[in-house]
Amino acid sequence: MAFKTEEDKKAYWRDNLSLMLKLLIVWFVVSFGCGILFVDVLNEVRFFGFKLGFWFAQQGAIYVFVALIFVYVRQMNILDKRYGVDEE
Amino acid sequence: MDVQILTFIIVGASFLLYIGIAIWARAGSTNEFYVAGGGVHPIANGMATAADWMSAASFISMAGLISFMGYDGAVYLLGWTGGYVLLALCLAPYLRKFGKFTVPDFIGDRYYSQTARTVAVLCAIFVCFTYVAGQMRGVGVVFSRFLEVDIVSGVVIGMAIVFFYTVLGGMKGITYTQVAQYCVLIFAYLVPTIFISIIVTGHFLPQTGFGATLADGSGVYMLDKLDGLSLELGFNEYTSGTKSMIDVFCITAALMVGTAGLPHVIVRFFTVPKVRDARYSAGWALAFIAILYTTAPSLASFGRVNMIETINGTDQMGTNYSDAPSWITNWEKTGLITWDDKNNDGKMFYSGDERNEMNVDRDIMVMANPEIANLPAWVIALVAAGGVAAALSTSAGLLLVISTSVSHDLLKRNLMPNITDRKELFYARLAAGVAICIAGYFGINPPGFVAQVVAFAFGLAASSFFPAIIMGIFMKRMNDKGAIAGMLAGITFTTVYIIYFKFVNPAANIPENWLFDISPEGIGTIGMLVNFAVALVVMKFTGESPEEIQQLVEDIRYPKGAGEASAH
Repeated sequence: MAFKTEEDKKAYWRDNLSLMLKLLIVWFVVSFGCGILFVDVLNEVRFFGFKLGFWFAQQGAIYVFVALIFVYVRQMNILDKRYGVDEE
Repeated sequence: MDVQILTFIIVGASFLLYIGIAIWARAGSTNEFYVAGGGVHPIANGMATAADWMSAASFISMAGLISFMGYDGAVYLLGWTGGYVLLALCLAPYLRKFGKFTVPDFIGDRYYSQTARTVAVLCAIFVCFTYVAGQMRGVGVVFSRFLEVDIVSGVVIGMAIVFFYTVLGGMKGITYTQVAQYCVLIFAYLVPTIFISIIVTGHFLPQTGFGATLADGSGVYMLDKLDGLSLELGFNEYTSGTKSMIDVFCITAALMVGTAGLPHVIVRFFTVPKVRDARYSAGWALAFIAILYTTAPSLASFGRVNMIETINGTDQMGTNYSDAPSWITNWEKTGLITWDDKNNDGKMFYSGDERNEMNVDRDIMVMANPEIANLPAWVIALVAAGGVAAALSTSAGLLLVISTSVSHDLLKRNLMPNITDRKELFYARLAAGVAICIAGYFGINPPGFVAQVVAFAFGLAASSFFPAIIMGIFMKRMNDKGAIAGMLAGITFTTVYIIYFKFVNPAANIPENWLFDISPEGIGTIGMLVNFAVALVVMKFTGESPEEIQQLVEDIRYPKGAGEASAH
């Protein structure tokens, strides 16, 4: 087995899931939240020439998506190393 | 030089490039044919994935759709990018660790069932054919407009090129050709948009020009001007939509989840050497896709302002038809623009109410934009090359999935388990060849329902593959019966709903008749929930998956020990 102990295996998976859920919450908030559910409220705010809700729906959420994946990759690489399950 | 000769030169040069790459990257084994030997660098794979993903629809149609839909266009922008977050976080690394060639492979092995494998194969083939027919049509449209050959010859040329590098190179040839195609298509998309952004707002970056003031010195924001124009002409305000919120929500979700469940996207993550690379690869793919997807809405709004001002004149009184710019007469010939002088004043007028005299097809926005903005001829030629690159790259990726499904999932894993690697490779090439001919046939004789079935492809992927794969990874106790029942329930529900509103009774396809106000485009989201619910209930009554399967699932949850993708 790749893990030293059964506890390690559980802890690794728990940390993995918690990172994933945190990032998915951000994913949901910027796209479905800011871009769709609360778009009318945010549209009251001006962001340069944009209404803020419209900006999230057609620009902002996409930038956040890209950032989320790279944050995930970085954090997972650290996690893999800590538990000794990374690829050489 | 005139536009046509330039187009021949630029499109011809891009074809030579693709063929050269195909010869350089011939495939020698099934491993190279299916997953490029598993040795593709993550950045190259990201580019290839981006080209694979961005089809003729993304390149040619999307900005046009947004330009006519305004805010509602966000369903495509969010839906077709947000799915990559799900892919990167929930699917790609684990499927790479699992280390097989195809999605039906995973479903079949994880759920230890030939039935599950067969259901998955049929879904994969159906989804891919739906898609590929539309791509071939896209090639035909580009050729007929810019090279003035008829659509049939256009499709045949496209088929010949794709045939050459898919059959010869398999995934290896496709991957490196797609890298080149990404460069061609993104360059072709950005150059005209940057020009237009500078003309309209004085901003170099379309993404910032989108929210800037107009370059005419009036100090008015471009989007405010567009909102004002839209209201004046009897359209909805550009920055607010017409669809109900729940419908926008469900369509976006169905497109996101569908994206994450599309077999030709998932298979790309089998081509990299390591689990870590699969994660990086998804990030790079989305970054490369985002370049086009954040440019498209800017292009959509600039194009709309330009189009309205060209047709209606800057004073909004209409323009004399005799003074119409050449792009209007050029596109009139293809039937994609029509003018009907209802009040016989000899002037064109475009609006959303009874004053309207123009019918402008959405698909021409990207193709006509350089002409609308009076850009030089080489930019127009470049857009043609980009449109062809987008259509070819996606077709090739889809054809490969079809050929793999037939030779690997259907023959090797089902009907003829004893065939040799060489034989299997021969069947893979044969299947690719047959698939190209069928796709070409649909490109020349497009069934009227191509546009409708695209929603179907996403709905199907969302309601079948996505839940089955997610439960396969995150619920190790999920058993074969639960997964199969879930997939069948999800597919049946989605299929019945779409077929009823799109084919059986299209007249009833209005919000009043929809379930919870959700259109057929968004119903895949509910189909997905049905799949999860049915699978969980069935599992409750039929017991957990066997011990060795639970062990298998635990093994794919960490990266260490990921070998090359292999058949066994």
